Amino acid sequence: MNVPPGLKYIDSHEWIRPEPDGTVTIGITDHAQAALGDLVYVDLPKPGRKLNVGEACAVVESVKAASDVYAPLSGEVVASNDALSGAPEAVNEDAYAAWLFRLRPSEPSQLAGLMDAAAYSKLIAES
Amino acid sequence: MPKATSLNATHRAAGARMVDFGGWDMPVNYGSQIDEHHAVRRNAGMFDVSHMRVVDIHGTPAAAPRDFLRYALANNVDRLKTPGKALYSCLLADDGGVLDDLIVYFLRDDLFRLVVNAATADKDIAWLTALAGVRAPGLRLVPRGDLAIIAVQGPQARQKVWRAIAGSEAASAALEPFNAATFATPGMGELFIARTGYTGEDGFEIAVPAIHVEALWRALAAQGVAPCGLGARDTLRLEAGLNLYGQDMDESVSPLESGLAWTVDLASDRDFAGKAALLARPAKRRLAGLVLTDAGGVLRAHQPVHTDAGEGEITSGTFSPTLRKSIALARLPATVAVGDTVHVRIRDKRLAARVVKPPFVRNGRALVQ
Repeated sequence: MNVPPGLKYIDSHEWIRPEPDGTVTIGITDHAQAALGDLVYVDLPKPGRKLNVGEACAVVESVKAASDVYAPLSGEVVASNDALSGAPEAVNEDAYAAWLFRLRPSEPSQLAGLMDAAAYSKLIAES
Repeated sequence: MPKATSLNATHRAAGARMVDFGGWDMPVNYGSQIDEHHAVRRNAGMFDVSHMRVVDIHGTPAAAPRDFLRYALANNVDRLKTPGKALYSCLLADDGGVLDDLIVYFLRDDLFRLVVNAATADKDIAWLTALAGVRAPGLRLVPRGDLAIIAVQGPQARQKVWRAIAGSEAASAALEPFNAATFATPGMGELFIARTGYTGEDGFEIAVPAIHVEALWRALAAQGVAPCGLGARDTLRLEAGLNLYGQDMDESVSPLESGLAWTVDLASDRDFAGKAALLARPAKRRLAGLVLTDAGGVLRAHQPVHTDAGEGEITSGTFSPTLRKSIALARLPATVAVGDTVHVRIRDKRLAARVVKPPFVRNGRALVQ
């Protein structure tokens, strides 16, 4: 399973990429897309929405099941990947290119508490 | 530990994602479930359905299987006039609830064959054995754990089977839908080949000695038949408007409220298990098809449906790869009509759906918009 180094992860299978401008980009992991199967619908948070860490804020639905996506950090949504609404299968094709939304963290210190690639690899190996 | 079919190692070696289905460790998909779905609609796919149970019913001159099944099954086995002919039927409890749905084959006057669902097989056999003890002493029920089953489905399915199995074309080319034949092969033992399926496409379901099932699977794969998992089987059967036992009907509901009135013979004088209960309990609900017309999610089992006539519930829902829309079967108040607009609660949204008459898709063609 592909777990790129340099990203952060949380145990509900989202990846987090810190950007140079201080925002973070969020998606679901390769492990998550493989478990869900072919995605057919995504529901993303709108820019301007304020999220608390751990809040269910997006939904990805595959042919098989619906799954919530959780905010890995508190903050305000600054962008969502609207291109996915017409092509949710892009997440299956490359889960790390097909990002879901971007946040401007309100408590950037929360980033330090997230898993690195090694810790997340261990988590999915044990699951 | 879930039970494993004879093809379990083959599925795992092919990279299948495995799930527990009715107590069996089964492949849900090998790669893309949607690709597997399209393979069946456009070409040919195969499913390991060896978790389903073949039960042979052997009779004696004093205990004829036909007489027994005439009472045991809700559909009328007297429709089976020629050897090899098949019939879909419910097995009903005395209170009219659905114990299982099955296919019954008339093979000889002293031999009928049932194919029943995996999760219900033990319950069915216990129920039928008890009923036979009262009504047909001497009748023997023989569960065929020695047989595996592969379903080969799609517009090219029959041609590919004929190329894969020596002697199969001669044995099965003349079979009409819902008919079966038995023939001997050089390398795969005696095969039972039925022109039946659960996808809305043409094809065969083939019962094979379990010791030869891997050879059959490989011979079909060599002809380009795509391995397909239970995920695609579910989207295919739902597009075809076919019920799934345990989801669209079970012991708590009447077949008349499950879209199965066409399989229940209430017109003739024949008595059968559950008949009196059905006659005493008119249907207040009906199983209908839904097509989601608003964007905002995917229809799923157990979502509530709001109609002008009252509340209903989705029993099976999915995204239809053929229609590229979400579709469902839903149990609704009986007065809701085809063409009506209803509303489905999905998370925090109330989304419009149109009531349609299943099937949604047959033989590769969309039947609803």
